[in-house]
Amino acid sequence: MSGREPIVATIADLTHRFGEVAALRDVTLHIPAGQMVGLIGPDGVGKSTLLGLIAGAKRIQSGRVMVLGGDMADMRHRSSVCPRIAFMPQGLGKNLSMELSVFENIDFFARLFGQREAERKARIAKLLEATGLAPFPDRPAGKLSGGMKQKVGLCTALVHDPDLLILDEPTTGVDPLSRQQFWTLIDDIRRDRPQMSVVVATAYMDEAARFDWLIAMDKGRILATESPAEIRKRTGSRSLEEAFVALLPADERGTSGPLVIPPREVSGEAPAIVARNLTRRFGSFTAVNDVSFEIDRGEIFGFLGSNGCGKSTTMKMLTGLLPATEGEAFLFGERVNDDGTDTRRRVGYMSQAFSLYTELTVRQNLWLHARLFHMPVKQAETRIDELVSRFGLAPHLDDLAEVLPLGVRQRLSLAVAVIHEPEMLILDEPTSGVDPIARDEFWELLVDLSRRQQVTIFISTHFMNEALRCDRISLMHAGTVLACDTPAALMKARASDDLEQAFIGYIAEAEDDGGSPAAAATFAKEAAKSAKPASPHTLPGLARLLAYAHRETLEILRDPVRLAFAFGGSILLMIVFGFGITTDVEEVRYAELDQDRTPASRDFLAAFAGSRSFQRQPELTGVNDLERRLRANDISLALEVPDQFGRQFAKGSAPEVSAVVDGANPFRAETISQYASSVAMLHAQDEYRRNTRGPDRTGRLPAIEPRFLYNPSFESVYAIVPSIPPLLLVLLPAILTAVSVVREKELGSIVNFYVTPTTRLEFLAGKQLPYIVIAMINYMILTVMAVGVFGVPLKGSGPMLTLCALLYVAATTAIGLVVATFTRSQVAAVFATAILTMLPTTQFSGLLQPVSTLEGNARIVGTLWPTTYFMHASVGAFTKGLDARLLAPDALALAAFVPVLLLTAMLLLRRQEA
Amino acid sequence: MPSLTTIFWLGVKELRSLRSDVVLIALVAYAFTVSIYTQARGTSSEVNNASIAFVDEDQSQLSQHFASCFYPPRFKPPGTLRAGEVDRAMNEGRYMFVVVIPPRFEADLRAGRRTEVQVNIDATAMYQASNGASYIQSILNDEMSRYLVRSDTKFQGPMRLVIRKAFNPNGDTSWFNGIVAIINQITLLTVILTGAALIREREHGTLEHLMVMPLTAFEIAIAKVWANGLVILVAATVSLFVVVKGMLHVPVAGSIPLFIAGVAVYLFFATALGIFLGTVARTMAQFALLIILVIFTLQMLSGGSTPVESQPEWLQRLTLVLPSRHFVSFAQAIIFRGAGFEAVWREFAAVAGIGLAFFAYSISGFRDSIAVSR
Repeated sequence: MSGREPIVATIADLTHRFGEVAALRDVTLHIPAGQMVGLIGPDGVGKSTLLGLIAGAKRIQSGRVMVLGGDMADMRHRSSVCPRIAFMPQGLGKNLSMELSVFENIDFFARLFGQREAERKARIAKLLEATGLAPFPDRPAGKLSGGMKQKVGLCTALVHDPDLLILDEPTTGVDPLSRQQFWTLIDDIRRDRPQMSVVVATAYMDEAARFDWLIAMDKGRILATESPAEIRKRTGSRSLEEAFVALLPADERGTSGPLVIPPREVSGEAPAIVARNLTRRFGSFTAVNDVSFEIDRGEIFGFLGSNGCGKSTTMKMLTGLLPATEGEAFLFGERVNDDGTDTRRRVGYMSQAFSLYTELTVRQNLWLHARLFHMPVKQAETRIDELVSRFGLAPHLDDLAEVLPLGVRQRLSLAVAVIHEPEMLILDEPTSGVDPIARDEFWELLVDLSRRQQVTIFISTHFMNEALRCDRISLMHAGTVLACDTPAALMKARASDDLEQAFIGYIAEAEDDGGSPAAAATFAKEAAKSAKPASPHTLPGLARLLAYAHRETLEILRDPVRLAFAFGGSILLMIVFGFGITTDVEEVRYAELDQDRTPASRDFLAAFAGSRSFQRQPELTGVNDLERRLRANDISLALEVPDQFGRQFAKGSAPEVSAVVDGANPFRAETISQYASSVAMLHAQDEYRRNTRGPDRTGRLPAIEPRFLYNPSFESVYAIVPSIPPLLLVLLPAILTAVSVVREKELGSIVNFYVTPTTRLEFLAGKQLPYIVIAMINYMILTVMAVGVFGVPLKGSGPMLTLCALLYVAATTAIGLVVATFTRSQVAAVFATAILTMLPTTQFSGLLQPVSTLEGNARIVGTLWPTTYFMHASVGAFTKGLDARLLAPDALALAAFVPVLLLTAMLLLRRQEA
Repeated sequence: MPSLTTIFWLGVKELRSLRSDVVLIALVAYAFTVSIYTQARGTSSEVNNASIAFVDEDQSQLSQHFASCFYPPRFKPPGTLRAGEVDRAMNEGRYMFVVVIPPRFEADLRAGRRTEVQVNIDATAMYQASNGASYIQSILNDEMSRYLVRSDTKFQGPMRLVIRKAFNPNGDTSWFNGIVAIINQITLLTVILTGAALIREREHGTLEHLMVMPLTAFEIAIAKVWANGLVILVAATVSLFVVVKGMLHVPVAGSIPLFIAGVAVYLFFATALGIFLGTVARTMAQFALLIILVIFTLQMLSGGSTPVESQPEWLQRLTLVLPSRHFVSFAQAIIFRGAGFEAVWREFAAVAGIGLAFFAYSISGFRDSIAVSR
């Protein structure tokens, strides 16, 4: 590269670590501007890390990254330059929202870049036209094929005319026709905007051959930076793939030469696998449509197709994991059904993802499967030893599966799949993500199994060179099999010497679609017109905030589970808490043991029988009966009147009556005791008044007049029900808000926040806004339920209570935001929020104990927790009948929480990935 | 035919997986030790530290003496208010109780003239208000009786009701709360442990892997039941001996083996519920949201927080389908009342039956749940 060429990015001494592992080691690099730059290398060599750092999505740990003339470590440069960069992360539709439609997804990005409605509409229409998505603007992104998702991703990247376009493996897992269309589209766009630089990572070497300039990477280091032709020339290789292997250090190249597959001897036996008219529908979506094929014993049969074309679904139907909607399948002549456990002994299966227990060691995984196949211990031992040596697992035997390199994991998966010496192997994309050398080693094992042991192998892949190794392949696209024959015959039928071109030919024929390139050409012209940007939004920050709020609203409206939780949850819990928490003790079952049997004792016992709180049960027959019935929970209170009661009473001395209360539940026991005491006391006073002549001594004992303020009938419903909304309006909104932010982290769409001009406040408040609305709707529902279902009237100021509720839910959703900043998974977010909010809410906010009775830390927590104030306001407005003036201090206190919590969340939220 | 060796080794695998999850083990350890102890000791429904104030319009020796009768830990040191300040102080929630002593109170009392002490109670503080009011009344009554007995020898106190609390003579709330805490932790952790293990297996694809082997859904599910159930059973048993008996000094009236048998029956239900929720929820996040609703329902209506007898009649009938209610009920019976098998077998049977229903339903939907998840 000559020094005169303009540079779009300069990287110096860049090192990036994830814990112990270095993803990038001391990388220094100049990326030329205005070119199509390819980043090649297998998975896990640091390509994505490098791209993330250039895009500003990741925080720089050490070294320098200069992009578009400034330092990406500098916050100000980053925010000024990020409108000029577009980043499309790895993974099909990774930065899209699957619930949103094609149009809504692109529109969201256009809003983030401050475009006005008219401009947005015009731009999106052009982009959809160019990418051939124009017929489906309203289809949810989740229901698009992989290729279409990537086109939508490209639209979102191009909607603001970036100068630097960064694409991370945009075509991995996409069908070859869509892939071809994708690159044609990029070429057209570049022709129109030659100043735009493109940096692309890819795992397909054939794609890389068409780029202007390549960066070859291995294990966090740069192997070479030059044009594809130069790389091939320098290494003397025919293909880039070979050239890449030649660039690797000698000890990583692998020992074997090119893979040789011996020809298959046709056995002439009955076919091992027969599929007849297999069809599988999920609702209205047909995943697999009328698929038929036969696979011979010992054959290597390949299934070639893109992600989501129905390969996995077909394989699952063959293994019996998934029942077929129509059609039937036979393995070794036996019909596949749910519980064909005998056939399953003859089949080995390896699913798409690594599906062994990562928390067990290699040895434990092997032994577990041997045991589950009921292999005798001796036989299992020899079999495991044999597999360990043949699959090269010996050095890793006691390592946990999760720390194994990808290639070793795949070998372990295969070892486990063949441990019981099956006659057939069903392998679903076993080599995706594995580097070419490990892939060759894996294939050697397969060839050995097929040719030497006559194992039938049914394998799916999206790599053309793997498909070429199969005896026969079946081309699958959009749920149907397009063709099925030997690779050579398929190429011959299409008069092509390239399987990819042959496949494209079949797909194009099936779709009868050649329009995209032409459409792309019109894009070039149209885009030129729109190059002059319309006047930007006057308040871009507010527009971005609302863009987030709008997207969140659409998402939650389309997610039935979260929606049901948001509304159904509060209704259910209101009923559970409202009826479940009560301190009323009524109809206490009691029995009496009257050993006196005088009028005085009968009078005394009659006082209990007349009380609403007590419910009389058959009389006790003795002390043993008393014990027994208390024990059996037949009664909760036993009254025992001693035999001297009447006489002592007549004498005027104070007789004693004993009462035994069931103390198993102390609170209830205490309440029963208090009730019993007051019944006895009232009775005593009545008796004295009635019987005592002369000076009325007891009359002199002044009455103590209890005045139950706010709740004269002293029923707990009036106190408990108004205190439930404060409880639910912290728990549910905080959880939902936390989940909404952490979900973005988990799905990866948070990268949109990292690489667009969105500020922390815009992001957080935008996320929060819909949940404030949801919480207020919940507040209304709860209030209506309190009045209508529980019959608790709202005596005080409704408007002021509503204002308090608004401030309160603004604070509680902000609590969710704070929790979201330090949790990584949605599960952690749910439980962390629940645990963190429930303790102060139930213990220190006046639910069980008034805050005035708390001390020390409990008092401090109670004072600094918003529920305290809303609890006071809610109980105050409902039961105490407080007016607006008396509720105002609560509103003021609640208002103070909102900015403090929001600020905390802003300070804790990372603006970049680690 | 279900194979016992298969079930055994699948369960062993489950235990090995759990062993490597340090966070979960720490959570179980914490939940059954520290958490139970603090829950038992911490929350108290007894009157504790109640705030009280006096409006003393009499300013006599007797009225001033009253204030000194209220002291910690039941009451905070009493405050004083003027007559006009009562409503405001109560509205602001500064005091739960305000005692108003009228002018010339002591003189009227001596002279046998009618007089009246007023106790204002904040009736929105349910837990404390009713018992607190009773305490105040009996303290004041005692003091006045004593005053009269002192000044007039002919006066005798009224008849007395001597109350004894069976099974828990001192009304120590930590006994009951300790047992309820164990029950709540068993419910929470078992459901989370089992459900999360199932969903994790489904998300990692290992469940799919098991289903293509010659294993049945029953074997896979029952292995999860015994393995996860065993972990919690051991934790709960240790907690019963070390925390409940050792540290909280709860005397166990009945048979401990019977109680542990009851826990085992309940664990069958809880693991089955975990598997059920794990098959119903599509993702871990949905599972977490579901858990919140289910756990609250199971815990709040079990009789552990407020007595079942206090629920409305129709709800009491509905909560019969909650195994947690039966668990709380037979735990109280065995541990405090010393009930034997003949008194609790119906509740054991109810828990087992409900568990069986969840288990059977989950098994039937097992295969479909895998199909739908991807």
